[in-house]
Amino acid sequence: MIIFSFVLQNRLSFNDPASAFESDMKSITAAVSELKQLEQFADGTSAIHGLDARAKVLVTFVFIVTVVSFNRYELTGLLPFFAFPAAMVLLAGLPPFYLLRKIALICPFVLMVGIFNPVFDRTVMHHIGQVGISGGWISLASLLIRSCLTVGAAIILVGTTGFTLVCYAFERLGVPHLFAVQLLFLHRYIFVLADETGRAARARELRSCGAKGLGITSFASLAGHLLLRTWQRAEHIHTAMLARGFDGRFHAHRQSRLGLSELAFVVVWSAFFIILRMHNFGVFNAGIAP
Amino acid sequence: MSHHIVEAKNLHHVYPDGTIAIKDISFRITHGESVAIIGANGAGKSTLLQHLNGCLEATSGQIRIGDTTLTKGTLPIIRRSVGMVFQNPDDQLFMPTVIEDVAFGPLNLGLCSSDVDLRVTEALAQVGAGHLRSKPPYHLSGGEKKRVAIATVLAMSPDILVMDEPTSGLDPYARRQLIDLLRNFRHTKIFTSHDLDMVLELCSRTIILHDGMVLADGATTEIFRDDALLAKCRLEKPLSMQGCPVCNRERNAQKDIPEEHFH
Repeated sequence: MIIFSFVLQNRLSFNDPASAFESDMKSITAAVSELKQLEQFADGTSAIHGLDARAKVLVTFVFIVTVVSFNRYELTGLLPFFAFPAAMVLLAGLPPFYLLRKIALICPFVLMVGIFNPVFDRTVMHHIGQVGISGGWISLASLLIRSCLTVGAAIILVGTTGFTLVCYAFERLGVPHLFAVQLLFLHRYIFVLADETGRAARARELRSCGAKGLGITSFASLAGHLLLRTWQRAEHIHTAMLARGFDGRFHAHRQSRLGLSELAFVVVWSAFFIILRMHNFGVFNAGIAP
Repeated sequence: MSHHIVEAKNLHHVYPDGTIAIKDISFRITHGESVAIIGANGAGKSTLLQHLNGCLEATSGQIRIGDTTLTKGTLPIIRRSVGMVFQNPDDQLFMPTVIEDVAFGPLNLGLCSSDVDLRVTEALAQVGAGHLRSKPPYHLSGGEKKRVAIATVLAMSPDILVMDEPTSGLDPYARRQLIDLLRNFRHTKIFTSHDLDMVLELCSRTIILHDGMVLADGATTEIFRDDALLAKCRLEKPLSMQGCPVCNRERNAQKDIPEEHFH
């Protein structure tokens, strides 16, 4: 919902009215269809797809924790970690360019977070020829690499498992039930909400007659309506659930089990990540660490 | 088979904002009957339907399903025997895949895994949606969603099927498929609809609501012949009872066409 409010707000403040309508519809529809596309990759039949979701969630978790736990100036020590996403993409047959595009989308946000590092951290830590490189630039690069690795791993997890199974895995791994169910419903209704948002935005555009409409006033009321409609829909869904005997508990229907291949998958990858973390194979970093 | 009977006695519902939605409604629908509840927008149809399985609580009056009076304590029994199909299938299909959605009700009934599988397979086969079982609901077309929504209810083996606007938003082919499907169900059926041609095909009895009250309750064909009644309730004769549109036009234009020409 937050994402879509953001997209909507972004589109509503579009300055060129002639193309605003098209862009509105395109961005919302494109966002949704890309999400659907990622889900479709999860229907694959590779060995990675066949693994129990819990194994993949665990490995991804260990991967993210080890990557994040490096010190802020780490660069080369992180590079061997690219072996994991590369191996997964190869083994699961995911389209690499699609994933790269998805990862590239978050780069501006990461840059926004780290943009002041070079300003505040001016200690020169390394020289390339005569040019001194400050710690700020190195930490910014490190942040970018880490974001690419962690976001890439998360996208690969969904692309090889499917969001639904990831949620079930969360629950079976001990994540609070309420949180897992919340995620499931968010995923189910994000498509319906996106449609609704798209329709509301289109209706607003069509009646703005080329102007910017009433600006923030009409946006506020539009967002308010969407919220009320979401509320109403939540009530309808709850009624539909009660009508089918819902008593507050979800009963699992899918049965899956952790076998030897899952165990091997978790142990081998986790060991690999931990070894990389404990024995820094980076060479560049060794000379410049403070 | 007395649990197939639906009885409303002096049902009255006032919404929290003071709107009186239904007033003093009484009827009795017996085993195997197929009944349409029709009326203009805002006549109280949806409010009435929501009382039938306790989604709304009556301000006064009572609902009986078979021998059971609807109270908070009897809600689980009532909801097991009254299957409700909502107008918007997106409200009904909330699970990630079709199979999980159809299994949702049976799992809540406490059935074991193999029984659930059997029920799911049977329900999907009944509506001709077996091939959709592993699809997520947002990948289905309108007609498919509607059929799966019906399967979710059939999987609970209800005695009574209650459907809000079953044919709304369907293309003619999907509508025809749905009508044929519903015709073969042996449950007690209660529909609300503005599709009066469907009502004519499926329901032998019709109840007309007007301003929250029952204005007529009787054989569908008789009610649809009463032009004054239909006009009063902001309804129109079903198209199939209006005769050939070409001839009607000619009758208006040329008074001298012989009477026997008309259907």
